[in-house]
Amino acid sequence: MNDITNTDARYAIGIDLGTTHSALSYVDLQASDGEKADQGVLPVPQLSSPGTVEALPLLPSFLYLPHPDEMAPGELALPWSNGQPAPVVGEMARLRGAGTPIRLVSSAKSWLSHPSVDRRAAILPQDAPAEVERVSPLTASTRYLEHIRQAWNAAHPEAPFDQQAVTVTIPASFDPAARELTAEAARNAGYHNPTLLEEPQAALYSWIEGSGGGWRKQVKAGDIVLVVDVGGGTSDFSLIAILEREGKLEPHRVAVGDHILLGGDNMDLALAHLVARKLQANGTQLDAWQMRALTYACRGAKEHLLADANATTWPIVVPSRGSKLIGGSIRTELTREEVTAFITDGFFPRVEASARPATRTRAGLTQVGLPYAQDAAITRHLAAFLGRQAGATAELEGFSGNVNPEHTFLHPSAVLFNGGVFKSDILARRMLDTINDWLYMEGAPAARMLEGADLDLAVARGAAYYGYARRGGGVRIRGGTARSYYVGVESSMPAIPGMEPPITALCVAPFGMEEGSELELPGQEFGLVVGEPVVFRFFGSSTRRQDRIGDVLEFWGPDELQELNEIQADLPAEGRTPGDVVQVKLHALVLETGTLELAAVSREGQRWKVEFDVRSAPNAQ
Amino acid sequence: MSQPTQLPSFLSRLSLAFGAFFKTLGDAQYAARIRDDQVGPIAAPAPTPTPAPAAAPAPAPAPAPAPAPLRIATPDAALQLLGLLQREARLIDFANENITVYADADIGAAARLVHEGCARVLREHFTIAPVRGELEGARVTLAEGFDAASVRLTGNVVGKAPFTGTLSHRGWKATDVRLPQLAEQHDARIIAPAEVEL
Repeated sequence: MNDITNTDARYAIGIDLGTTHSALSYVDLQASDGEKADQGVLPVPQLSSPGTVEALPLLPSFLYLPHPDEMAPGELALPWSNGQPAPVVGEMARLRGAGTPIRLVSSAKSWLSHPSVDRRAAILPQDAPAEVERVSPLTASTRYLEHIRQAWNAAHPEAPFDQQAVTVTIPASFDPAARELTAEAARNAGYHNPTLLEEPQAALYSWIEGSGGGWRKQVKAGDIVLVVDVGGGTSDFSLIAILEREGKLEPHRVAVGDHILLGGDNMDLALAHLVARKLQANGTQLDAWQMRALTYACRGAKEHLLADANATTWPIVVPSRGSKLIGGSIRTELTREEVTAFITDGFFPRVEASARPATRTRAGLTQVGLPYAQDAAITRHLAAFLGRQAGATAELEGFSGNVNPEHTFLHPSAVLFNGGVFKSDILARRMLDTINDWLYMEGAPAARMLEGADLDLAVARGAAYYGYARRGGGVRIRGGTARSYYVGVESSMPAIPGMEPPITALCVAPFGMEEGSELELPGQEFGLVVGEPVVFRFFGSSTRRQDRIGDVLEFWGPDELQELNEIQADLPAEGRTPGDVVQVKLHALVLETGTLELAAVSREGQRWKVEFDVRSAPNAQ
Repeated sequence: MSQPTQLPSFLSRLSLAFGAFFKTLGDAQYAARIRDDQVGPIAAPAPTPTPAPAAAPAPAPAPAPAPAPLRIATPDAALQLLGLLQREARLIDFANENITVYADADIGAAARLVHEGCARVLREHFTIAPVRGELEGARVTLAEGFDAASVRLTGNVVGKAPFTGTLSHRGWKATDVRLPQLAEQHDARIIAPAEVEL
């Protein structure tokens, strides 16, 4: 395996490529020693209005596509663009886009992991008129990463970005195709050998670093840490078990949750609609501009009411659009009961451990939009996750004794919160109380909250710390891949007219493959036709830990395997006769970057990459 | 610090020139200041020549001190701050509105917006700390050679240092200013652009 880390790097850089905000943090490798990392956050220069550049700690993940007459070219220059117009990324994109949504690209990250669209096609903004030149989710992500690279180079000309050790974070729930696309966006943005890291892991790294060595007192061998990460647009869960090996504590990530498009922005929007209905009842109709201002005001009111348990109401003022501020503003208020009913009980209801998110069958013709979560209750999504992972630690050394078949869900012993939503103690407390109710019902001791997390910047900080830890500077979380992967193979059964031949699932990559490892599928060879792409159905499972490579599943439970986008092997015709059949074996390897790669290897040792299809929908949908 | 740190740009010089022209025309006292300050245009032949840049040997007696030129604050930064206060706090809308026709409740609602926005601008663009760390009302003693710019003496100002008195206001000091950078062609005079919805 090539050593992909830059050995002469001065800094380990961590980039949180978020759905709504991105950030860069860095560790000075020369000034760091052991668990004392010398860390900083880079203020990112960005346009905040035309011709005005401000350095802010967060870069809003928005791209605005201005009309040619909208702004003078000189007003779009950035410190590194030599006076030339640069892509409008960041704060101004967010502000402008609020007024002109048809030119705003937002949530590119969610689109990047959307299985039913072509993620390399120029499809964003989704509702842009024909004359707007759209961009692909891949391009939008590339723009954000490029902006951050340039910002670094402008601030640190002595340490060029491409010579540093760079880590980019992704949701733990990203499938191999979305991971590969993120890595591709980073490469397109001029990153050399970026490493990918799951966000909940980054949050735990940040907590470990923040404790300054004290984490060993707060967790012990046998603990299971549940990381609950509720960001602006997504919710992400991970389970990390604490093992003791050779007298040292070692965190092992044992399970990750599904991709849930549900976050803090949904909460603000829910409140805004509630207040808008109240105003409408009094005869005040809000237009789209006022609705956005109201959403913004609701966010502030929500934060105040959820931070201060004694506040009963918080005033909301929707400013007038014209210059008459006093005469034209609309005044109302948000009450504690409303926030409790809509946010605390709406998004974090107290439910049973057996509760599961409600799913509606989607209407036959659904518009191709983002697959938002249909159930807003984050606690129900969590219950489903813990229930599914009840046996997650069965195979782990030092844990097998603790697994009780009577437990209906996996019992966490500590909880780490991440994401701006949990700045509210009330919400963090509600989440913890709900989990502890579940534990109490099964006679288990209560879980404790791990204190001292930095909720906004933890992911970027943790990613930088990880870059440092990879070089032997600190603790590392182990665990490998969080899913096992299968290809669909038609079973050899006599054909029955009118019935599709049933398929079996062949395990091509087992659970927990470590970075840098490669496995060959034993026995089975496939005949690939030169010049003709071969498509396989592809499945992943977050629960089948025991399957080994080459295992064949004849049947499986409804929730055990999820169908992913197809994979495609394509043998180029170079040096061969099209139509020839080449016998190949499948290899699975996890690259040092953290992406899974499948390869077809011929008997002579030639290799071809098997591509993840990111252009079409899976068969099942 | 006798030189302005930043010389005004051509555009701002143009606006300064117009402003000075009309003010000189309309304001006799101002005109007199212009005439006498030896910086502006000199109406009558002055008894002493203005100090030439090349420090030509002045025929006038040496002790006559050259008047310290006042710094001209650059309008760009001030306009930029106005722009921020308007964008975040609607300050200009608020100040320009006739509040006599509104009830206090309406003004209060708008004031919340203005207050919140102003606080945000101050927080994001300045680091502001009290000049004195003591509580207001506390007895403080000012040693000899205290900084008269950061502490203002009031009341019975007699005798000499050390002075002892009561702290009536802690004072504010900007320890850091973080104003956004501006593009070369950016016209800071547009505090808030007009908005046209298509």
